[in-house]
Amino acid sequence: MLTFVVRRLLLAVPVLLGVVFVVMLTIDLLPGDAVTLMLGEHATKDAVAALRAHLGLDKPFLVRYVDYVGRVARGDLGRSIQQNRPVAAELADAWPATLELTVAALLLAAAAGIGAGVVSAVRPNSAFDGVARVASLFGLSMPIFWTGLVLIVVFSLWLNWLPVGGAGSPAHLVLPAVTLALPSVAMIARMTRSAVLDVLREDYVRTARAKGVGEWWVLLKHALRNAFIPIITLLGLQSGQLMGGAVLTETVFAWPGLGRLMVKAIFARDYVLLQGAVLVFALAFVVVNLLVDLSYGVLDPRVARQG
Amino acid sequence: MTDAWSRFRRNRLAVVGLALVLVLALTAGLAPWLAPYDPARQSLVEKRARPGAKYLLGADEFGRDILSRVIYGSRVALLVGVLSVTIAVVGGVLLGTAAGFTGGWLDAGLMRGVEILLAFPYLLLAIAIVAMLGPGALNTTLAVGIWGVPAVTRIVRGSVLALRETEYVGAARALGAPALAVLRRHILPNIVPGLVVYATLFMANAILLEAALSFLGLGVQPPTASWGLMVSTGRDVLLVAPHVATVPGLAIMVAVLAFNLVGDGLRDALDPRLRGGA
Repeated sequence: MLTFVVRRLLLAVPVLLGVVFVVMLTIDLLPGDAVTLMLGEHATKDAVAALRAHLGLDKPFLVRYVDYVGRVARGDLGRSIQQNRPVAAELADAWPATLELTVAALLLAAAAGIGAGVVSAVRPNSAFDGVARVASLFGLSMPIFWTGLVLIVVFSLWLNWLPVGGAGSPAHLVLPAVTLALPSVAMIARMTRSAVLDVLREDYVRTARAKGVGEWWVLLKHALRNAFIPIITLLGLQSGQLMGGAVLTETVFAWPGLGRLMVKAIFARDYVLLQGAVLVFALAFVVVNLLVDLSYGVLDPRVARQG
Repeated sequence: MTDAWSRFRRNRLAVVGLALVLVLALTAGLAPWLAPYDPARQSLVEKRARPGAKYLLGADEFGRDILSRVIYGSRVALLVGVLSVTIAVVGGVLLGTAAGFTGGWLDAGLMRGVEILLAFPYLLLAIAIVAMLGPGALNTTLAVGIWGVPAVTRIVRGSVLALRETEYVGAARALGAPALAVLRRHILPNIVPGLVVYATLFMANAILLEAALSFLGLGVQPPTASWGLMVSTGRDVLLVAPHVATVPGLAIMVAVLAFNLVGDGLRDALDPRLRGGA
């Protein structure tokens, strides 16, 4: 088990190096020049050159890349251009809000999606199954930023039950979490339905039923447990979707997280901050998928034995 | 193929989707004749007008007719969608066949790159690309298209690898057919059905992504009528005039739903084994 974890962690390193490379190259090719933007149109050539040198922008791309990776490895993410604060501090302020939002959305999506999917699979082609199918198609087709606005209109404007935006209380979390969860609920419900349907056709399920095992027990012990592998895999992939969706959700609800910070950094051409934010997202995605891989071993003894 | 069509026709949801896609295409094509007003015509005294007899779906912050803008917006959505799907498919087929057919270091290198890009949350990747290219309709198309390339590459490579091992490809090679001829005559035609399904579903996602980028202010720029942009401008007046933001969003949902329905229907029709799958 330990070798498995170590091997997976080592495999994550090239992925992160690649992500940093792509992001830095992206930013390097940005048409707008951050330095001119900071100093204004009328800055002298000397001032621009001095600031470029100060920020290290005068060096070739590869040198800066190696430099940056080396500094990140020591925990130094640089200083944000706009606020002139350590990027690490800005990220540290923002990431708990995003974590809160995405975890809440993931839990909500898993509970609703798995629940709906199991009921659909147990009663295929029933009225519930039909409604769930159509609802999940809608869920996958609604733009997340629009869902958020519609929820605001209904629950904040008309019913006056929940706050329009911002963060601070559990009530603030409800609408953003529901908004972010909806597309994932749809995906998870579809996946759970087909996974559970597949397992229910297996011989061992027939055997269990023939032995007189109760239907609930068959479902919990045999069907769900075996269907969990594809579901967990999907949950891992969904976490990536959630992070992308968090950018939109945070924008709609003025949620003070990484996504909003990232959008702000883009508009301010604050590439140092942008690099840091993207890196945190990528790291989170790698960690989540590592956890997913580890959970296979817990859920499926066959995987654990291969180690 | 006739089999597939008759299976598709029996799928009621898929037929509804196809009808919606046709309506959408007609709307885009006939926009100048369908729209009651010039989408850019401002009328500041009528700003934020509620839906009514004059403006069926109301007017926006500048007193522009929302219905006309939604109709013109279908052009942006479909154009960006079709072009970005083309970019994704062409790029993915080129890279995927190169990787799958030649194998070796090229395959290994390409697939590592694809894995890195796929390991990246999709919206963040598109944002990064647009941040690089700068906003605008053309760059949004490029960003959405490039975002789709890694996934198509992986699908095509997988199919090519599987087909390369089939007996008829082996037979063709044994008979001395040149590699490119085998690729063109025996491998590529067999990838097409899977690609058509993927392209249709990708179209739905491309429309969503264009809308999302435009909503963030990174995509299509004003005054072009893009649905995502319309939602974004409506957001500022959400609490006083909710229809300005919500109506264009409905258009996005219908368009995306239409392509999702057709894509699902095509998959079930072309590959009956997957019927009722995820």
